[in-house]
Amino acid sequence: MIALLIYKGIMCVAVFGISLGVAAYSTLWERKFAAFLQDRKGPNRAGWGGILQPLADGGKMFFKEEIIPNVSNRALFILGPSMFMVTALMTGAVIPWGKPLMINGVTYDLQITDINIGAIYILGVASVGVYGIMIGGWASNNKYSLLGAVRASSQMISYEIAMGISLIALIISAGGSLSVKDILESQDQGVANIVWQPLGFIIFFVCALAETNRAPFDMAECETELVGGFHTEYSAMKLGLFLFAEYINMFISSAIMAGFYFGGYNFPFANELYSALGLEQGSWLISLIGFGAYFTKIVLFICLFMWVRWTLPRFRYDQLMNLGWKGLLPLSLLNLAITIVIEYFRGNIQF
Amino acid sequence: MQLTNRKVVVSHKELSFAERMYLPAVAKGMAITLSHLFKKSPTIDYPKKTRPMSATYRGRHVLKRDENGAERCVACGMCAVACPAEAITIVAAERKKGEEHLYREEKYASSFEINMLRCIFCGLCEDACPKEAIFLTDRLVDAEFEREDFIYGKEKLVEKIDKRIDITKRQTQAVLDFKKIPGLRHNTLFDPKKQVKH
Repeated sequence: MIALLIYKGIMCVAVFGISLGVAAYSTLWERKFAAFLQDRKGPNRAGWGGILQPLADGGKMFFKEEIIPNVSNRALFILGPSMFMVTALMTGAVIPWGKPLMINGVTYDLQITDINIGAIYILGVASVGVYGIMIGGWASNNKYSLLGAVRASSQMISYEIAMGISLIALIISAGGSLSVKDILESQDQGVANIVWQPLGFIIFFVCALAETNRAPFDMAECETELVGGFHTEYSAMKLGLFLFAEYINMFISSAIMAGFYFGGYNFPFANELYSALGLEQGSWLISLIGFGAYFTKIVLFICLFMWVRWTLPRFRYDQLMNLGWKGLLPLSLLNLAITIVIEYFRGNIQF
Repeated sequence: MQLTNRKVVVSHKELSFAERMYLPAVAKGMAITLSHLFKKSPTIDYPKKTRPMSATYRGRHVLKRDENGAERCVACGMCAVACPAEAITIVAAERKKGEEHLYREEKYASSFEINMLRCIFCGLCEDACPKEAIFLTDRLVDAEFEREDFIYGKEKLVEKIDKRIDITKRQTQAVLDFKKIPGLRHNTLFDPKKQVKH
């Protein structure tokens, strides 16, 4: 029992630390990447090549004056960013980060918990995340904040439907289990789910952009239209939590896409490589290589997110809704129908 | 009436299905941004690196001393007359006995001020000077907080005896020869008989 608690505790701290660390350095990389795409150099004053910039930003956020508008609802105003942050961190709990590790004959999954409805858990927690934005924007008692919050929530609700349906198609392809670990294990033989779900992946990716409030779907922030959207009234670390949670969301959705569609810690000829190296099942090296492969994919996805952000202009609100309801929703239903037919002939489902 | 050949007829035709998919256009745009990822940034890391500067750059002025360390300026006022921006103000004084090591000739400038906010760094003062006393250098005028601080007096303009400023790049033989051409405006002006009265 104690051993289990220690193991879970270590896993929690590790996932927490990785999420925060990746999010912190995503903020730097975002600015660097934007600079590279725009033929600039980006922040390079703090530390070697700007490596200490996230610390400087964090320090600035902590020491800024904390302003709570006196017309705002104080309790909800504080609850908003906290909730957004908590939900952003919660999603990481069901993601398996590598192959199980064998220590002294006991197998340890590199995953906080393997709940059998993991995929639904992810969708559910992601939907709760919009409450953070909604509460924060509403409690600010500011028209810009409220507009940003309303836009964000309607956008998230619209895109969640297409996302959920494309996820159903994926689960059918991947063997019918909702457990995240099972979905990753189904790609063990080196064939990633993207082979069977190319359309589903595109839909999922577009929805993930919308769910994480990233450009071109950053309706919640809309700097050019709504001042700062839902976080107009926020300052100091509460603003920091909002911005930071956005990067954690990006990291987690990159992890989900890399895992669900690109095999996660599996990669082509992985098993051949392991047997060629003479590694046994449960070896720490296998876990490490797997984690490295997964992490590389995640970083590539984060770069893709940033690449999209610094290329495409923001959608107009009606275009956003058109795309969501008239474009992606029918498309995801079509994808689901095609998947069912294909999987029937592959023998994965019987009627 | 057609003024240019750059007229573009605006088209409001319906988007085709492929265009409505957005994806081809998105891919095109992303290819453009990706191509910029591999371009070299034109930024110069300023405090560490500076842009290459011409050897004959016309920056902050210097008032030269001669080989013995005496000021060359004789306060003739040629530079002030030549200055199109009227940035130079000179007060002349007569050399006293015992000051021969300080001033080269009997007359000297007791005050020599250049307003760096007025100066356009054209270098006409340098051309006008008959005594090779004033030169523009490749040094830059520093930023200041007060306007008064931009009026440079002798303490800032005259070179230090132990820290001479090299102007050989600007004072070439060609320049010296040019100054000797008779009939040039500044040469005629310097003729005391034809001195223009102000």
